[in-house]
Amino acid sequence: MPFALDLPVIFAFIIAFAIFAYVVMDGFDLGIGILFMAIPAGRERDSAMNSIAPVWDGNETWLVLGGGGLLAAFPLAYGMILSALYAPIIAMLLALVFRGVAFEFRWRDPAHRAFWDAAFSIGSVVATLAQGITLGGLLQGVAVANREYAGGWFDWLSPFSVLVGVSLVVGYALLGATWLIMKSEGTLQDRCYGLALRLGIAVIVAMAAVSAWTPYLREAYWLRWFAWPQVLFTAQVPLLVVITSAVFFFSLRRRHHYTPFLMTLGLFTLGLLGLGISLYPYVVPPSVSIWDAAAPNVSLKFMLPGVLVMVPIILAYTGYSYWVFRGKTGHEGYH
Amino acid sequence: MFEAFDAIVLARAQFAFTVSFHFIFPSFSIGLASYLAVLEGLWLWTGRQIYLDLFKYWLKIFALAFGMGVVSGIVMAYQFGTNWAAFSDKAGPVIGPLMAYEVLTAFFLEAGFLGVMLFGMNRVGRTLHFVATLAVAVGTFISAFWILSANSWMQTPTGFAMNAGGQFVPVDWLAVIFNPSFPYRLVHTVFGAYLTTALVVGAVGAWHLLRERTNDGARVMFSMAMGMITVVAPLQILAGDQHGLNTLEHQPVKVMAMEGHFQSYPDGAPLILFGWPDKAAAKTLYAVEIPKASSLILKHSLDAPLKGLDSVDRKEWPPVAIVFWAFRIMVGMGMLMLALAAFSLLARVRGRLYEWPLLHRFALVMGPAGFVAVIAGWVTTEVGRQPYTVHGLLRTADSASRLDAPAVAASLLAFVVVYFVVFGAGVFYILKLMSHPPHRGEQGPSRGEPVRAGGLTPSPVVAEQLATGREA
Ligand code: HDD
Ligand code: HEM
Ligand code: HEM
Repeated sequence: MPFALDLPVIFAFIIAFAIFAYVVMDGFDLGIGILFMAIPAGRERDSAMNSIAPVWDGNETWLVLGGGGLLAAFPLAYGMILSALYAPIIAMLLALVFRGVAFEFRWRDPAHRAFWDAAFSIGSVVATLAQGITLGGLLQGVAVANREYAGGWFDWLSPFSVLVGVSLVVGYALLGATWLIMKSEGTLQDRCYGLALRLGIAVIVAMAAVSAWTPYLREAYWLRWFAWPQVLFTAQVPLLVVITSAVFFFSLRRRHHYTPFLMTLGLFTLGLLGLGISLYPYVVPPSVSIWDAAAPNVSLKFMLPGVLVMVPIILAYTGYSYWVFRGKTGHEGYH
Repeated sequence: MFEAFDAIVLARAQFAFTVSFHFIFPSFSIGLASYLAVLEGLWLWTGRQIYLDLFKYWLKIFALAFGMGVVSGIVMAYQFGTNWAAFSDKAGPVIGPLMAYEVLTAFFLEAGFLGVMLFGMNRVGRTLHFVATLAVAVGTFISAFWILSANSWMQTPTGFAMNAGGQFVPVDWLAVIFNPSFPYRLVHTVFGAYLTTALVVGAVGAWHLLRERTNDGARVMFSMAMGMITVVAPLQILAGDQHGLNTLEHQPVKVMAMEGHFQSYPDGAPLILFGWPDKAAAKTLYAVEIPKASSLILKHSLDAPLKGLDSVDRKEWPPVAIVFWAFRIMVGMGMLMLALAAFSLLARVRGRLYEWPLLHRFALVMGPAGFVAVIAGWVTTEVGRQPYTVHGLLRTADSASRLDAPAVAASLLAFVVVYFVVFGAGVFYILKLMSHPPHRGEQGPSRGEPVRAGGLTPSPVVAEQLATGREA
């Protein structure tokens, strides 16, 4: 079959894109939640919150597209993954409830603002941790039989999945800190330069740990990374990570406003690329490939034009909305 | 075996709980988004300050309700996989694309423009701000369109074939989307949302009129809400009647349960007003009935025969008492809304709309009626579809994920606790906002040039001055 007509492959890329968009966009706003307790209450916190309040809902919608898209394009995988990773998924959803409502509730109830701030922060940490654990649990493999999940309800918990969870927390925190460098001035910005330096180091360590561990999880991953000749290609990924990190630290020292955030995005892109290299063509490793899990071609064909038309439009008005709120954030709001 | 059964019951309880909670917010925010668009439109058109004051007043409430709708909705998007993995596998090829279109055409639209609507007042001009409000309102409607299409397909599936893997495979997308019950359900649910909103707005207006009869904001919102109810309540009852006829055609067993008809009536079925349907005895006990009225409503003829549940296998029966009573609660609420509509019309004709405390008290207690009716309606619809998830084709028992009962029980408990705490607080904040009368003299987006062009590094101080001027 010619590549261009292989709809499952096309949809695998579409969903990977949705996940990528989700991770970078909701990443920085979850990251601000993670850092929230490290930012003093009052003006600094308010402006950190205001810098994401107009866009968080749109950011989180990519998560809905990832989930909905998975249901639509790979229904089998959707059911398997969500029942295998039941506990972390439910934890993530509940945590997102807390942090989502905090955006409004903290303004509506000054007497309990500290409580909603904590809900925002803890919710963000738990949601991120759960996302990382989900990813780790998926990477280490899911037991399936008869088109169903066949493992127990704590299979997802392992040192590896926890490591991925913690790494993601550190990673989102870095996205949050560099986003704030871009969007703030004065003391908040100074604080974020300091945080970004420490978090940057932690992210590099975490990436190294996860990358070193992954090939040992399954032989397939090992071969994918180290077999000749594709190692020539895969070796570019760590190389690019080194270059990106160098630029990142340099830009922090020179106190650039935008570069640290852009470089962090670069690191995330490379991380996800590495993930794709490990997983492809499996959606539920070790046994279910994208072709096994794909919805019938009629379903995919029906969606393709919708995706091709709507995603650029969505990106355009999302871009517009970011443009409206460009620049440094103050204490404005309608509250 | 017992373990598996338990897990299914728990998974159903969890789904019913989370989706019912979720729907409370859309049923209000769909109507409120449109109401906000109307208020802003009126303000732009007439230039009257009062409309802007009301817009700002309801905007804050909308932000709270919408936020809760979003977070409870995200839970729903994942519940299909966590609790209904087998359903997702089998029905995913049909349901999935509809929900994907919902995300692509509705959720992003709502979310993308919500920020501009809430925070963009001083960053974009009037027209663009109005466009954002309209986009959010249209988005909520598009969202209802797709999700109701998906749900209606589960009630009245058409346009598909089955493949070897036991999956539903779409054959004709138009037949899938515009399945037979969809137009009825869309109209009935959207009217339901408008009524829900109008009842809330009316109750808030009534509350402030009872305290301060001359408050302009309260007067305008009360009058608008009563006007809406006067128009929509009768239409809703008409739509519900047509919906029922459609259900009789496609899901007759559900109608038998709604009517409490255990027996067949060869020459004219009675309308059972109240009673206690006893499934074990296959009889509706203590029935208060109007002879032949059911045949008149459903078949438009007094002597038309109607089949009862005795004509189908017991294994096909839904939980009759729940369906029966949920239906009566909904219809009862509908009748009360009609009464309110008639009362307010009388008051308006007599010129006493703002001076009739009895009317205001009635409107006040009717505030939550829309929510009650809407949830009761959904319970009728969904429980009436049991024991199937895809009517007649896929049983609920074959739809569930293979989960352990303790896992589902623990998560159900967590949902119950978190929802009551978080959404309880949210509802409290909404009520607190409603207890204040609308402010006078709110500021709107500027004409022509935005106040703040928002260059690359505008000073927050400017924004702060603006903000403190408006702090509530
Ligand atoms: C008739 C309307 C209706 C119905 C039956 C449902 N919803 Fe809903 N939903 C909406 C109308 C709506 C809305 C009006 O579009 C919401 C409510 C408030 C909001 O923010 O958007 C929404 C929000 C909302 C969101 C968040 C969107 C975002 O990120 O902005 C998701 C993921 C869902 N819903 C998913 C579901 C699922 C999976 C349902 C079925 C089980 C469901 N909804 C029933
Ligand atoms: C927001 C409006 C909705 C409400 C209030 C609602 C309510 C309910 C309730 C109370 C049940 C439980 C019935 C029972 O178990 O006896 C149920 C079941 C179900 N509903 Fe809905 N529903 C809504 C919308 C939807 C939509 C839009 C879909 C699909 C697209 C859907 C899919 C299902 C499924 C798959 C079940 C079967 C699981 C079960 O039996 O519990 N529902 N719903
Ligand atoms: C008083 C006259 C009414 C009648 C005769 C009526 C009739 C019906 C019927 C027959 C159904 C079930 C359809 C099915 O599942 O096949 C239904 C469902 C529903 N009703 Fe009503 N209804 C009435 C009033 C109302 C009111 C006042 C509201 C809300 C304000 C409402 C909201 C709903 C909702 C949300 C559903 C579930 C979605 C759907 O299936 O359409 N109804 N109604």
